[in-house]
Amino acid sequence: MEELFAKPEIRKPENIVYKKTDLMVDRPLSYCPGCGHGTVHRILMEVIEEMDIQGDTIGVSPVGCSVLAYDFLDIDMLGAAHGRAPALATAIKRLWPHRFVFTYQGDGDLAAIGTAETIHACNRGENITIIFINNGIYGMTGGQMAPTTLPGMRSSTSPYGRDVLTMGYPLKMTELVAQLPGTHYVTRQSVHTPGNARKTKKAIRKAFDIQKEKKGVGWIEVVSNCNSGWKMTPVQANKWMEDNMFPFYPLGDIKVDGKLIEVAK
Amino acid sequence: MGELRLMKGNEAVAEAAIRAGCDGYFGYPITPQSEVMEYLMAEKPYDRTGMVVLQAESEVASINMIYGAAGTGKKVITSSSSPGISLMQEGISYMAGAELPAVIVNVVRGGPGLGTIQPSQADYFQAVKGGGHGDYKLIVLAPASVQEMCDHVKLGFDLAFKYRTPVMLLSDGAVGQMMEKVVLFDQIPRRTDEEVIAQCPWAATGKLKNRDHIIITSLDLDPAGQERVNLKLQAKYKKIEENEIMYEEIHCEDAEYLFVAFGLSARICQKATDLARAKGIKVGLFRPITLFPFPVQQIASTIKRVKGVLVVEMNAGQMIEDVKLSVGLNVKIEHFGRFGGIIPSPDEVVRALEQKIIGG
Amino acid sequence: MTEEIIIAGFGGQGVLSMGKILAYSGVMQNKEVSWMPSYGPEMRGGTANVTVIVSDERISSPILNAYDTAILLNQQSMDKFEKTVKPGGLLIYDPNGISRHPERKDINIYSIEAADEAAKAGFSKIFNMIVLGGFLKLKPLVAPEFLHKGLEKSLPARHHNLIPENEKAVELGKNILKPVQIVN
Repeated sequence: MEELFAKPEIRKPENIVYKKTDLMVDRPLSYCPGCGHGTVHRILMEVIEEMDIQGDTIGVSPVGCSVLAYDFLDIDMLGAAHGRAPALATAIKRLWPHRFVFTYQGDGDLAAIGTAETIHACNRGENITIIFINNGIYGMTGGQMAPTTLPGMRSSTSPYGRDVLTMGYPLKMTELVAQLPGTHYVTRQSVHTPGNARKTKKAIRKAFDIQKEKKGVGWIEVVSNCNSGWKMTPVQANKWMEDNMFPFYPLGDIKVDGKLIEVAK
Repeated sequence: MGELRLMKGNEAVAEAAIRAGCDGYFGYPITPQSEVMEYLMAEKPYDRTGMVVLQAESEVASINMIYGAAGTGKKVITSSSSPGISLMQEGISYMAGAELPAVIVNVVRGGPGLGTIQPSQADYFQAVKGGGHGDYKLIVLAPASVQEMCDHVKLGFDLAFKYRTPVMLLSDGAVGQMMEKVVLFDQIPRRTDEEVIAQCPWAATGKLKNRDHIIITSLDLDPAGQERVNLKLQAKYKKIEENEIMYEEIHCEDAEYLFVAFGLSARICQKATDLARAKGIKVGLFRPITLFPFPVQQIASTIKRVKGVLVVEMNAGQMIEDVKLSVGLNVKIEHFGRFGGIIPSPDEVVRALEQKIIGG
Repeated sequence: MTEEIIIAGFGGQGVLSMGKILAYSGVMQNKEVSWMPSYGPEMRGGTANVTVIVSDERISSPILNAYDTAILLNQQSMDKFEKTVKPGGLLIYDPNGISRHPERKDINIYSIEAADEAAKAGFSKIFNMIVLGGFLKLKPLVAPEFLHKGLEKSLPARHHNLIPENEKAVELGKNILKPVQIVN
């Protein structure tokens, strides 16, 4: 690798097999090393580049770690109040029906404070794409318990582990919204390996394509890690995610073409 | 002359929104303003002008729909009543911070809490002094008639876009529910998407090749940056104070005493001036039409000429603070208020003038 | 000219719509009008009242404490509003269902048996128009052609076939109004 960087003459267009999309703003990401946000940002922008819809897309960012997503994505964007992204997206899509409109939200934003906006946007069948990053914790505020935190999982507000009897159960938003007639495509993916990232990219593409058909919400949950909040190395965090998060939040399509393809677990 | 109708204040708001070329209404039912959305839904504005009407799941969602739409340069309106407006405060603060234009109609009812559904003016502080968090102001218009409910929607949109700021119409349950003659202004065409893009270069309408991507946000984590945002807002409010004050004076030329009142209370005071003058009491009425910007100098110069001032409000004494701040301490200024949904009657106002100001 | 009127009765008697038709007729005749209802839970089955002001000048308060005319159609309204009629003013009431008749000595009082007439006609909905007719006989604020336009504007198009019925009821009301006490 070092050899490659030492030889700029190799960096010719004909030799390029993969490059950062031009739709990512050229500035350092604010995310922790090993976090999934950067990967999802990148594949999202790749989809928008491939569809050639940079000028036709309006994004809505949340409150949480990805509050500054608009600094990295080279498209017009609005920063929503905590949890309200689906309300913004609803109005934007209603008034700009030919634009591609998406929200990008974390689990605290989408599944706690914004539950009502999320459910009702889905239930109205808004023609928007919802990208839901689930890492089972509040990352930005310093690792507090989220609605998605697993039973027994430690966080700064469940320091002895989530006690479901007093703190409630983890909320499976994706299975929940799949039940609603307003959602057309509902899937759960991850980006912790190149193969999974490719699947997620395909899912995002599919959700954007659905917007053209006006068939309702396209929903992609991305189960991700939070190595800072989980207090692990990125490698440990990915392993822990596979061992603990995936059994509870299994990957795969839940609803395709408006039909449930497996009974919600 | 425009089309003549007999309408409720709430219906006039709805019809005026359609005619003002509004792109969307987002709201949630609450008494005493539900006729706004009911009228819109019955009127099918999408067929008339392409205007979208959506019943949201809450006032929280409504105001954030307004925030989203306004951030893309669209002309949007919402309406609610006091408890619902309280729920909207977060969104309103965000809109002030992100400098987004919209019209928000508060058909005030008595509070605090669930309160009553009867008319009140107890949301003056909330509307004029901020309401939500942070250093911001709304332009606040106080319609006193059904005609003004109609006209202030159009004026509200003009001001909202001129200054890129939310504008609130602070009316009340009586002005919303009563019917009066209205002369409707002619239909203003809705702007095309191309016109929105051209007229609102600040809006997130989809990235154009010849400009950077646009970010609509009220967030600036850098304190120096956030201070710049605040200074910009304050400069804007100063400009609004210099240019947009509206008020009305009735029988003030020879007045020895003065009523100061806004909205419905001003109508009642106008009747009270007639009753008082029939008894030989020379009283006039000063009615602020803009509550922010408040007519500070205008009110001061009128008050200078009188012996005493009665501020009449359907609250426990809110605008009176701004009246007192407008003038020196040596002026006799008292408050008369009814609250919780009680509307003062004109004769009651005259008695209060006699007891608190003339005899007091 | 300014006429300040309170119309009060049970919800369902057409109190609000009578006021609206009068107000709309006034608008058609290019007068200033205001129509201020009681609203909320009161409207749901209980008593309903509406203040209507018709004037040649800009109207000040839509809320009043004294009226030129009170049209009172149940006992509760009589109890509440008889005392609000200005001295020398007018009170019109339907004696049907009234246990305590008006007692004021300083106002003009007329009765109108509108409920009976409406029942005789087998069409209870014209009750309020009969009452309105009685009022208009004494206070012809709006000319018949503007009343016609007011009806057109107030009633939904699907009920426009009933306008002649309504106008007949107004004429009937003018004929059956009875003086009870005249002071001026």
